[in-house]
Amino acid sequence: MLSLLWLIPTLPLAGFLVLALGGKYLGHRSIAVIGTSSTALSALIAILIGMDFIAAPPPGFVFRQEAWSWIAVAGFSPGIGFYLDALSLVMVLVVTLISFLIHLYSTEFMSGDEDYARFFAYMNLFVGSMCILILADNLLFLYLGWEGVGLCSYLLIGFWYRDPANGRAARKAFIVTRIGDTAMAIGLFLLFTHLGTLDIQPLMQCAGQQWPEGEGLAILTAALLLAGAAGKSAQLPLQTWLPDAMAGPTPVSALMHAATMVTAGVYLIARTHVLFTLAPVVQHAVAVIGALTLLLAGFSALVQTDIKRVLAYSTISQIGYMFLALGVGAWSAAIFHLVTHAFFKALLFLSAGVVIMSLHEEHNIFRMGALRKKLPIVFWTFLIGSASLAALPLVTAGFYSKDLILWRAWSSAGGNPWLWAAGWGGAILTGLYIFRVVFLVFFGEARTAMPPGTARPGLRITLPLIVLAAFSLVGGWIETPPFLGNLTLFSSFVQHALPPAQAVHGEKNDETILELLAIAASLGGIALAYLLFLRYPAFLQGMMLIPAFARIREFWQSGWGFDRFYEFLFVRPYLWLAHADRRDVIDNIYKMALSCMLRWLQKVDPHDVINTIYNGLAGLCLFLHRALSATQSGQVRRYAAAIATGSIGILFIGIFA
Amino acid sequence: MRTVEAIAAIPMHHGLVLAAILFALGMIGILARRNLVFILMSIEIMLNAAGLAFVVAGARWEQADGQVMLIFILAVAAAEVSVGLALLLLLYRRFQTLDADAVSKMRG
Repeated sequence: MLSLLWLIPTLPLAGFLVLALGGKYLGHRSIAVIGTSSTALSALIAILIGMDFIAAPPPGFVFRQEAWSWIAVAGFSPGIGFYLDALSLVMVLVVTLISFLIHLYSTEFMSGDEDYARFFAYMNLFVGSMCILILADNLLFLYLGWEGVGLCSYLLIGFWYRDPANGRAARKAFIVTRIGDTAMAIGLFLLFTHLGTLDIQPLMQCAGQQWPEGEGLAILTAALLLAGAAGKSAQLPLQTWLPDAMAGPTPVSALMHAATMVTAGVYLIARTHVLFTLAPVVQHAVAVIGALTLLLAGFSALVQTDIKRVLAYSTISQIGYMFLALGVGAWSAAIFHLVTHAFFKALLFLSAGVVIMSLHEEHNIFRMGALRKKLPIVFWTFLIGSASLAALPLVTAGFYSKDLILWRAWSSAGGNPWLWAAGWGGAILTGLYIFRVVFLVFFGEARTAMPPGTARPGLRITLPLIVLAAFSLVGGWIETPPFLGNLTLFSSFVQHALPPAQAVHGEKNDETILELLAIAASLGGIALAYLLFLRYPAFLQGMMLIPAFARIREFWQSGWGFDRFYEFLFVRPYLWLAHADRRDVIDNIYKMALSCMLRWLQKVDPHDVINTIYNGLAGLCLFLHRALSATQSGQVRRYAAAIATGSIGILFIGIFA
Repeated sequence: MRTVEAIAAIPMHHGLVLAAILFALGMIGILARRNLVFILMSIEIMLNAAGLAFVVAGARWEQADGQVMLIFILAVAAAEVSVGLALLLLLYRRFQTLDADAVSKMRG
């Protein structure tokens, strides 16, 4: 079974090829079947491989498969090879399963779109690239998948390319992540020149043996990889592309936020964790970036009016939690949160998609309301997703993963109370912003009449929602805190690939107290949302009349002014330079210098001696030119004669010289 | 006598000289003839001369490569003739003549 590993990325890629080349000649039905079945099959294979892997683990909990050698030049020989261990198995299961559900959902959701085939072709390519990224056994192959998801995000964000704004959003996503990718590429160059290989496992071993902790090169390469990860995972300071990426169709957002793309950064850091443990400074920076990002994005999510933008900021914030966990060395906690987040964030996006669709492209949550009765299934699934995101205690998956992160942020060697406090504050914000959406959209009064004749979502939409909702509820029961049974199925499985986190500070009792505090935070957030947005909405409306509050709100809504800041710092100067150069500034400099020189020469040389030389040269050129052009008579036979004499001449030289 | 031995009995230079003569004839044809159809035929003769040289060399060293190359040459020649004849048709339609010297509009 394990030997089928190569099929996991290959099937979606094959689906992409078929749809991209033959999509024009296929009907809607066959496009949907091809697009969905490719991901369904690779999910099935992933599940079978997973069962096989757990039932009869390969030696060392690692399975490698080398398909063929990709490049072999001067000692550099990355292969097309796949590497399966506990970490990549978990990732590939989540990615393929969620991708399949999203594809199934899209078959109905996108059914009215004229570019049906193009959509599924890109989606399949997206999934295939992500599987390559996850399963790659060397960093160059991983980078191929990395760039592949970047390309697909560009293609899919700008899917409705007729609106120039979508094109701008796509370009922004591409260019901003490119900054990180460039840093990562430089990191790879450095790793190769100093360690001589890019195969991940030998590379990590080599780094561990050759570099002491805190070695300058380790810090540099880890920092460069971190920049790449921050770009892909939309962390500070490269987070600005993600909210705009909402320009794409909703299933794309779901895929991008849950399974592919944004989790790539987290995966990269977990995969190269040895490098980060060698560079404690950078690892600490990861934690700080995560903590800051989760707070900033949480505040921004609080004031968005577009339902998808709320979810986008919440993704940034949740990825911040994962970075926080990575930064304090709680590798398995980060991956655990990645998994649960994938389930509930896909669920939230897909549910939001149905809401938007049934209100005919209405994105503004202030124009929704009282949808609880009209869309009962979506109400429940969105509620479950929100509860999981807000870490509602005991019943939701998000609770278990977020609690684990908070506890590690306090207790690990790299953790400290400040990081914990940031995460705790983030937990309150999370409950507040997501239940703000729940209360505004599903409760209260209807602010927009639902257009009559809106079809109820069909089975292909509701089924993925229900499956994801089930996962969002029970997905957390594989890892529970000590006072709730102390199950560690997930972390003990992932420990075959990632080192366990040690609790350094904090007693057993502390853990219980911190858990209770975390529970209080999420419940408090939800209660606050209930009070502010459902019970006493007038209070907030009154607050907004005060200019200072309105200004803060605007500031948060614009994502803490990062866009304006970058516009001022990079875009404007660049445009200014381009405009300046449009008038050929650099040319003018040369012109001025040259004309000064010529005028001086004129003074020195009144009798045109120099000119005569140049005229002579020009005359010679002209003569040679005429002589050569005379040979171009247009008469084929003369050409043939010339070729014949030429070859005979060369033969003579070859034989007799 | 079997065929292989019969071929081996012919000295190599006989075959090569024949190939050279054919090649020279073809080249003279290209240089001297003005009708494009004849030029095309001369090119065919040259190609076949080259093919003959390959076969002879292949027989000399008892390798199949020479015959393989001949088949390649035949394929190339067929492609070349089809393109060449199409060009000739077009040229004739345009200039009402097949005189190679008359078709010298493409001079530099």
